[in-house]
Amino acid sequence: MAAASVMQPPAAAWQELHRICPVRWPKVSVRTDHTRHIAHLMVTPATVRPVCLWLFGEAGYHFATLVAEEFDGTWHLTYVFYDPASHGWAYVELRQPLAQTSVISIGDTVHAADWHERETEDLFGLRFEGHPKLGEFVLHENWPEGINPMRKQFDARAPFAHHQQKTVWEPPTIVEAPGAFIMPIGPVYSDFAESAHFVIETTGEDMLRVLPRFFYKYRGVEKIAEGQTTERVLLLAERFSGSSAFAHGFAFCRAMESLCETGVPPRARVLRSVFAELERLRHHVAVIAGICASTGLAVAQAQGASLEEDLLRLTAQVCGHRYLFGVLKPGGLTLAPDARCLDLLRERAHALNLRLEKLYAGLRYSSSFLDRLEDVGLIRAEVVKAFGLVGPVARASGGAADLRKLFRYGAYEQVDFAVPTETQGDGYARLRILFQEAAQSAAIIERLLDDVPDGPVCAEVIPRAGAALGFAEAPLGATFHWLRLDAAERVQRYRISTPSFRNWHAFRVAVEHFSFQDFPIVLATFGLSNAECDR
Amino acid sequence: MFNWFYTGLKAGIRTTPYPKKADMAPGISPGRPRATRLDAQVAEALTMRCPTGALIKHQGGVDVDYRHCVHCARCRRNTGTQVMDWSQDYDWGVLSAHAERAGHRFRDIFGRSLHIRFLDAGACGACMSEARQLNNPYYNIHRLGFFITPTPRDADILLVAGPVTDAMRIPLQKTYAAMPEPKRVVAMGVCALSGGVFGPSFISAGGVADVIPVDVLVPGCPPPPLAILHGLLLAVERTMPSRLTTHAAETEA
Ligand code: SF4
Repeated sequence: MAAASVMQPPAAAWQELHRICPVRWPKVSVRTDHTRHIAHLMVTPATVRPVCLWLFGEAGYHFATLVAEEFDGTWHLTYVFYDPASHGWAYVELRQPLAQTSVISIGDTVHAADWHERETEDLFGLRFEGHPKLGEFVLHENWPEGINPMRKQFDARAPFAHHQQKTVWEPPTIVEAPGAFIMPIGPVYSDFAESAHFVIETTGEDMLRVLPRFFYKYRGVEKIAEGQTTERVLLLAERFSGSSAFAHGFAFCRAMESLCETGVPPRARVLRSVFAELERLRHHVAVIAGICASTGLAVAQAQGASLEEDLLRLTAQVCGHRYLFGVLKPGGLTLAPDARCLDLLRERAHALNLRLEKLYAGLRYSSSFLDRLEDVGLIRAEVVKAFGLVGPVARASGGAADLRKLFRYGAYEQVDFAVPTETQGDGYARLRILFQEAAQSAAIIERLLDDVPDGPVCAEVIPRAGAALGFAEAPLGATFHWLRLDAAERVQRYRISTPSFRNWHAFRVAVEHFSFQDFPIVLATFGLSNAECDR
Repeated sequence: MFNWFYTGLKAGIRTTPYPKKADMAPGISPGRPRATRLDAQVAEALTMRCPTGALIKHQGGVDVDYRHCVHCARCRRNTGTQVMDWSQDYDWGVLSAHAERAGHRFRDIFGRSLHIRFLDAGACGACMSEARQLNNPYYNIHRLGFFITPTPRDADILLVAGPVTDAMRIPLQKTYAAMPEPKRVVAMGVCALSGGVFGPSFISAGGVADVIPVDVLVPGCPPPPLAILHGLLLAVERTMPSRLTTHAAETEA
């Protein structure tokens, strides 16, 4: 799958790309943006694939996102990569006329781009030549062929009536084995599950093949953002994935601030990181409670759920909202909590972390619980690399990338912390990572609150036309928000690449060949969100 | 083996006294703006600030349309003027116009035991999370005779969150059809009430009532657990609708 060579090649730092690339590919020109640490690689239809494959396979770059834009009567395709070694970015930029609707696929090697290409094909009608599996992906069988909602001429506001045709979906191929049968799950299933569909093929015990179908919750966020004010789009950024609202709002604001070169005041920088960690803490506690529930450990689940509720209440006391909606704005924050409030946060975060430690200790000595998690839902390190997995799922399988650490954005340059990693890659490793990260979030909160700078919490943002990328380490992993504004300060393109989108891609790898009753447990240890994936 | 039994006993009882008594624990509700007396200029300024058009200016001040308010707090912070009054309540449920017209009695049949099917019709995760809290020891809805059921065939109430995306329209209709009569539908969260920040659009309906009849509306973004509980109690006539019903109940459902 991955074409990575075994030998560690010499580092190709982002500052060096303008020297290296034109030598290898004379048609590729490079412009370096020293303030934002970006090498812009202008490629041609023939060089896009070799350049991307080289960045990913040999130069050690990670794939961040693929942004397709219909802009100025041209296709603009931007493949965003980042280098964990030199802490910089490579934007591989391809321009071609609108009439030219095919592009060479990179998804077979840069597997992380596979779903990005399928999504782009479905929504823009761009064909990725060489991609093995294009067609129905985001838009389901009811959606008419050939209508691509992300195209500029498609009107997002008007209800799009097409419900007359009720075609029935069937899996493209089925497993043929003695006694094999199909067990469909969803889209409406379980007590409080998000809407998603899994076609499980089994002979009774082992899941031979699992075919997930997502995007039941596709709300077209990227499309409905177009033409809106940034004020409105911030509401969307915060609300498309409520369980990690702050992280996504944060990435959106950072895109604005990068574009407009806004300096966020020190007080806001620190408090943003505090709130981001508060969200991570609550998020992980909720996932942990979910894992306990999936194994039927009722008391531990109740403890986890109580902790979650306590964190929600604490968040509301400090930020006025249980899920941190309405706290962020481009340039800083909308609220300035007073010293008493921050003391409360410090104290409670500490106390709650002690309770969390107790829960962890209890679970580690519950052999019947561990039996359900150990060696279940394995993700190997090669899968992390090939699928570009992110967040706790990747870190449980040896992947250490963490944008907080790599780019030390916001106040993360002020705190020193190690990124927890495990190598087993099973359900238990993921649980351990969640506990370690939650504890670390509590510790970062305490440390940052030791010394909160005085001053304003918001700087003025002077909007300008152009595009920029904002990123943040969301609770489930790296998130990338691409924002393009026009001269009238309206959003022209908003592209959201989320960790759930990335990690769901590999979910089937983790469940296949495990037994049927492991399914809910692997699902819980992945802890992914469909709202975040589907957008 | 760790002794979970003992741990459970030691944790003691945390359950809210609601609905017997009000629960005033800090952070239990984000609160919401409520109709405020303001002079014309301030009213104008605040109405302009609201990104969802939830504030409605009238002669003596400003009213709130709870079908659209997303708790963004822009009318509460950094306005430089007087701000909207903020109520810390959570009894937010109101009856839809459809339910008021129908006037059916539900309490006689289901007064004490009730099965609820939750359905995610494109919710963001915050609504789902708040609904999930109903099962945690703080809220423990079992004590009130409410049970969450995984199958619509057992369900008396359908609790729906989300604006109803295109792909969830048919599953929602099917789930509703599979429920035995009598049944009621509780729509929770502004997305389910009006489409919220997402709908109506090319891919989302403008709320649940566009697809199936709705009986109880629980506004909020998201509604906190006690607001959802209030909506459920209201659906079986075990409580009274919210007093702050400005505009929310007037709309056809
Ligand atoms: S909280 Fe936000 S959405 Fe609600 S009324 Fe105030 S400004 Fe409008």
